[in-house]
Amino acid sequence: MSLDLSQFIPTFLEESFEGLELMESSLLNLEHGDDETINSIFRAAHSIKGGAGTFGFGHVTDFTHLVETLLDEMRDGRREINNEEVEVLLASVDCIRLMIEAIQNDDDYDPSSIEETSERLSFLLANGEDTDGSGNNVAADEPMLLGKIWQITFIPEHHLVQTGNDPLLLFNALEDLGELIVLAKTEQLPSITEIDVEELYIHWQLTLMSDNASEADIREVFEWVEDECELDINLLSDDTPAPPSSVDEQPVNKAPNTITDDSETIEELPSHLNEADVALEQAASKALAEQEIAAENNAPAQSSSSQPTQATKPAAKTPAPKTQAKGKGDTGSIRVGVDKVDSLINLVGELVITQSMLSELGNDFDLSKVEKLTAGLEQLLQNTKELQESVMRIRMLPISFAFNRFPRLIHDLAKKTGKDIELIINGENTELDKTVMEQIGDPLVHLVRNAVDHGIEPAEKRLAAGKSAQGTIWLDAYHQGGSIVIEIKDDGGGINREAVFNKALEKGLIDVNASLTDQQVFDLIFEPGFSTAQAVSDISGRGVGMDVVKKNIQALGGRIQVDSVPGEGSTFKVYLPLTLAILDGQLVKVGDEVFVVPLITIVESLQAKADLINRVSGDMVLYRLREDNVPVIPIFELFNLPAEHQTVDNALMVVVEADGQKVGLMVDDLLAQQQVVIKSLKDNYQDVAGISGATILGDGSVAMILDIPGIISMAQKIAAEKQAERIANYSKALEGAVN
Amino acid sequence: MAKVLVVDDSNSIRDMVSFTLKAAGYETVEAANGQEGLTKAQSANIDLVITDVNMPIMDGITLCQELRKLPAFKFTPILMLTTESSVDMKQRGKAAGATGWLVKPFNPEKLLATIKRVIR
Repeated sequence: MSLDLSQFIPTFLEESFEGLELMESSLLNLEHGDDETINSIFRAAHSIKGGAGTFGFGHVTDFTHLVETLLDEMRDGRREINNEEVEVLLASVDCIRLMIEAIQNDDDYDPSSIEETSERLSFLLANGEDTDGSGNNVAADEPMLLGKIWQITFIPEHHLVQTGNDPLLLFNALEDLGELIVLAKTEQLPSITEIDVEELYIHWQLTLMSDNASEADIREVFEWVEDECELDINLLSDDTPAPPSSVDEQPVNKAPNTITDDSETIEELPSHLNEADVALEQAASKALAEQEIAAENNAPAQSSSSQPTQATKPAAKTPAPKTQAKGKGDTGSIRVGVDKVDSLINLVGELVITQSMLSELGNDFDLSKVEKLTAGLEQLLQNTKELQESVMRIRMLPISFAFNRFPRLIHDLAKKTGKDIELIINGENTELDKTVMEQIGDPLVHLVRNAVDHGIEPAEKRLAAGKSAQGTIWLDAYHQGGSIVIEIKDDGGGINREAVFNKALEKGLIDVNASLTDQQVFDLIFEPGFSTAQAVSDISGRGVGMDVVKKNIQALGGRIQVDSVPGEGSTFKVYLPLTLAILDGQLVKVGDEVFVVPLITIVESLQAKADLINRVSGDMVLYRLREDNVPVIPIFELFNLPAEHQTVDNALMVVVEADGQKVGLMVDDLLAQQQVVIKSLKDNYQDVAGISGATILGDGSVAMILDIPGIISMAQKIAAEKQAERIANYSKALEGAVN
Repeated sequence: MAKVLVVDDSNSIRDMVSFTLKAAGYETVEAANGQEGLTKAQSANIDLVITDVNMPIMDGITLCQELRKLPAFKFTPILMLTTESSVDMKQRGKAAGATGWLVKPFNPEKLLATIKRVIR
């Protein structure tokens, strides 16, 4: 029988990653942890090893075995837990992750990258108090003798059957080794009045003729009961030729033939037994009825250290390790709490009730039932809304998935930089859309690295500034309005306004005379090509700047904001939408078209007052909004639409902000605010500049969702073109005048 | 057909053992820890128990002891599924009333063959 277990590989991988995360966080907590901490680390390693072995990932099993052995020594108190062990184990977690990732991606990994850790592990183990010697696989090393007759005396203790063992099934296993003659002895059988039905009174004399069974093979059959019986195994002769019936030279590997001789002997059993021993009798007849015994009964090996090579071979025959990599990446699964599924089922149930109520109502409808209809529709609305929320929750995962990596990151970075840093995580149960979560990981890592590298000062400097030598970084996540806010805060030196200003000047990002607010200066660090680090460090100077971080966050429909107080530290706030699939939007009308403006981008909506309109140079209209001059972008012009309002005066304006830039979108009318489901334009049609997607409204019509950053850059381009054109015209006119 | 209770805190191991057993025609009942196993054992006619040793809430050794206290489980085979091969662990298992142990990693054929030693 060949069973394909490869369908379980994804579960195994998912579990392994969870296990590795658990190992990592527990290892980092080890000094504060109790016995359960080390136990849970052990369990995780143990599960990975078990699973890996089963799927034939021998390299993972071998490596994890070393880890497990070390953990076992620590768990049993045979080994002290000190820094070196923890470091090696952390490195081991990385190695296992590397191997598991390679399996997941059906990729190769560089074996040399795990070699060092593997050697360190082996070294530690070799120098431990109690090494797990692998020299106990006697069975494999023993030379095989041919044509042997074994005499086995098996005297089980009376209670043997009470541990669930069944002598007959043991004999069946022996039969796999060769030809077996079973003789039951009943001397110990008490008189019928003294028989306890739960006890076993028989013992056996067994003769095994086998070509190649070793004593170890036989002992292995009795492995489970050796403490509960008297077992005597004697080699009667090892020069006797193999029994004539054994044509095949390897009886171990062929299906056992039914041996009439000993069957008869066994059949005599029940009569010796007395009716009293019901349990055993039943077992006997059961066993007899089934002479088909497992084809290859190698019996479990005694030493797990001798296992991997032996066990992985058969598993490798199944296509398991290779076939699993189909469609990597996007078909990823998601783990959903049972409570979420239950609430969905519950809501669907309610929906069905509403539906049946409404269809009943429709059967013979008259005007007297309008009230009922309205109530029914209201209920439907409620059901739909709850169902939608419930479905959305399925995609939500606690942000701890993204935060989990940071304790380790801080640990490593602190070591590398020689800074003493404490990480405080809050709000790890805040839920975030899975896709957002996956894509926010790298930007967050960058921000945290940045906080360690540029934020927290070296200990001497901190002490000199009257702060504690230990720096602190806070990671926090919480809801604010319709967004998730992730805060990365440090108590370091803060952003040096002057340094940023000078650097921006040097890079030509700003003008010498520019008068900028603190906020505007801080925002400069998100400009492409900006880096104030004196030298490119190993940690944060990787060519990826804050501009990329900002871009990535914007791609998710979010924004980033920085705040800093000199000497007290900086706070980066990342605002993210709850989900990518649904958007809170403001519907606006331009001509006959309805557009959706993402609510998150809207600053305010207003009616333009004539005296605040400033036509600078004829091309770009500016609107005075308090201390800002906001460029006005007429949407109708951008998309070539007929519109009611062609002039800015008294026009309705939606002021939006993106990339730190505010613009006023000129529209004809403001409609409702509502959640819209985002449909990709690219999937259904093609990308259109200024449009990020489309949605279907309640009346079935399609509305375009405005891409605010896109529109701003479009408008800037148009303005620049117009200006260039004007300058060209102007110089032409000048030329004309001169000539 | 015989009914097997599979107790393991690892989903993948549990799934695989269960899958293997089902493919061979056994019925299976699954539990994620000893406590759950103990409860489920009593609500079904179990012919064989396969349990992991290291589990949260209630480990396999305790499960074994608890099961042996129940009249219905006096003779029922209980196999410990574990990667631990130390003498000590086996003795603790036996002392708790385990029938035997299966050493992980296993392959399906071997698992089934080994099970035949305690169940038909």
